[in-house]
Amino acid sequence: MATGVFSQGRAKISERTLRTDKWWVQPLITFLVLIAFIIYATLRAFENGNYFAEPLISPFYSPCLSTACVAGASLLGTPFGIIHIFGMVLSPALLILIFPLGFRMTCYYYRKAYYRSFWMSPPACAVAEPHSKYTGETRAPLIMQNMHRYFFYAGLVFNVLLTVDAILAFRNPEKQWGHMSVGTLVLLANATFLWFYSLSCHTCRHTVGGRLRNFSKHPLRYKAWTFVSKLNHYHQNFAWVSLLGVAFADVYVREVATHAITNWYFF
Amino acid sequence: MARTLKLRIWRGDDKTGGLQDVTVEANHGEVVLDIIHRVQATQMGDLAVRWNCKAGKCGSCSMEINGKPRLACMTQVASYPEDETITITPLRAFPVIKDLVTDVSFNYKKAMEIPSVEMPPGMKPGEPRMQQIDVERSQEFRKCIECFLCQDTCHVIRDHEENKKSFAGPRFFIRIAELDMHPLDILRNRKKSAQEEHGLGMCNITKCCTEVCPEHIRITDNAIIPMKERVVDEKYDPLRWLGSKIRKREGML
Repeated sequence: MATGVFSQGRAKISERTLRTDKWWVQPLITFLVLIAFIIYATLRAFENGNYFAEPLISPFYSPCLSTACVAGASLLGTPFGIIHIFGMVLSPALLILIFPLGFRMTCYYYRKAYYRSFWMSPPACAVAEPHSKYTGETRAPLIMQNMHRYFFYAGLVFNVLLTVDAILAFRNPEKQWGHMSVGTLVLLANATFLWFYSLSCHTCRHTVGGRLRNFSKHPLRYKAWTFVSKLNHYHQNFAWVSLLGVAFADVYVREVATHAITNWYFF
Repeated sequence: MARTLKLRIWRGDDKTGGLQDVTVEANHGEVVLDIIHRVQATQMGDLAVRWNCKAGKCGSCSMEINGKPRLACMTQVASYPEDETITITPLRAFPVIKDLVTDVSFNYKKAMEIPSVEMPPGMKPGEPRMQQIDVERSQEFRKCIECFLCQDTCHVIRDHEENKKSFAGPRFFIRIAELDMHPLDILRNRKKSAQEEHGLGMCNITKCCTEVCPEHIRITDNAIIPMKERVVDEKYDPLRWLGSKIRKREGML
């Protein structure tokens, strides 16, 4: 039975959309960039190597919590032993990636991005989606999107740790303080982008003041909400910049760790 | 400054219909509604179109122009290339009555399902006092002109007729948000009813409603997502639920 725009009673138009602009460009670009990131991140997470070059550590492997981590890479110690799966040593990245991955997967912006570009629900506004049924986020697994705030809290912890990593990068390979390299700037930029991404988050906005009914009774929270609301306007931009920032920081650390490039020191 | 405009206008009713080609003169500065009126006056005397203010404030002339939900009175002809044929159809999410006029009564039924503001008992008209910072969020939602373009573009009902029973749509999520953020409203089940009766969970926040809103209301960011977060507070966050039981937080807010 015909449904959607072809339902009985609606204007009889055979096309799924009459849009004449290039509506498919944006979801296509989103799809390509996200899929490229997913492939790269997966390869790197399973590589289990080339993630540490004193004092730089890749954001994919920080905090490095397993005894499988290379010496000096474990900021918080190694509470996990070496775990074997199918005869292979489990990469330390796989112990932690669920948190940043969960944060981005449940993010209100990324939801829009991948619902449109991957699931085509809808591919673009006023372009009929290909699915015959739709229940949105009312059932498992998508009802789990409501856990976003817990991933946000975890994301804040990661931001602190990656900021510490950036501060530790003000050392030279001999662990002496007072030095700064290109790698320091890369990790600093990465941590900064991640802070902007987290602080502009819709859950953050709700937490600092959005849930209130009376701002006038909570002037400090109103100010915080106003500030986060301004950042929230650019949440999409921060989402992309921070994603590319993480990938670039990882590429940079890998290149230094494999001696493909030298981490040039300013002082 | 006149230009010759090629149009395709959908004509028909709920049983049959199709796109008809028309060529018409357009003057500099004219909007699509002007052109439709010229076609009506010169070539299609019985062309049905709903319109009223011609100023983007009544929300009557909603239709789809080149596949995009828009107000015809706010769509400049000059925004389309000279060689482009402009296709005009009725809203595709609602039953068509005739030509460009659709039956939007779905929206009025949904509006009736949402209880209006409930003031504290004993408060008389003229007594309520609210500070500007407490009402400014709701004021954004009061800009809604009820053109129903957001409802038309929302894929939850546009692409799934069967969801109309259980889904109120973005226009009514901003209404619910407006009331839930109201500093004096005492009705406390708005979050629960938003989720369970009005289908807030069906929304997958793809932001098409925000994209088409002629009043530039940030429907998704300022109403739907805050309501989703409020629903999580009450329904899906065990820590918040526990906190509300211990400290009766809802009353404090």
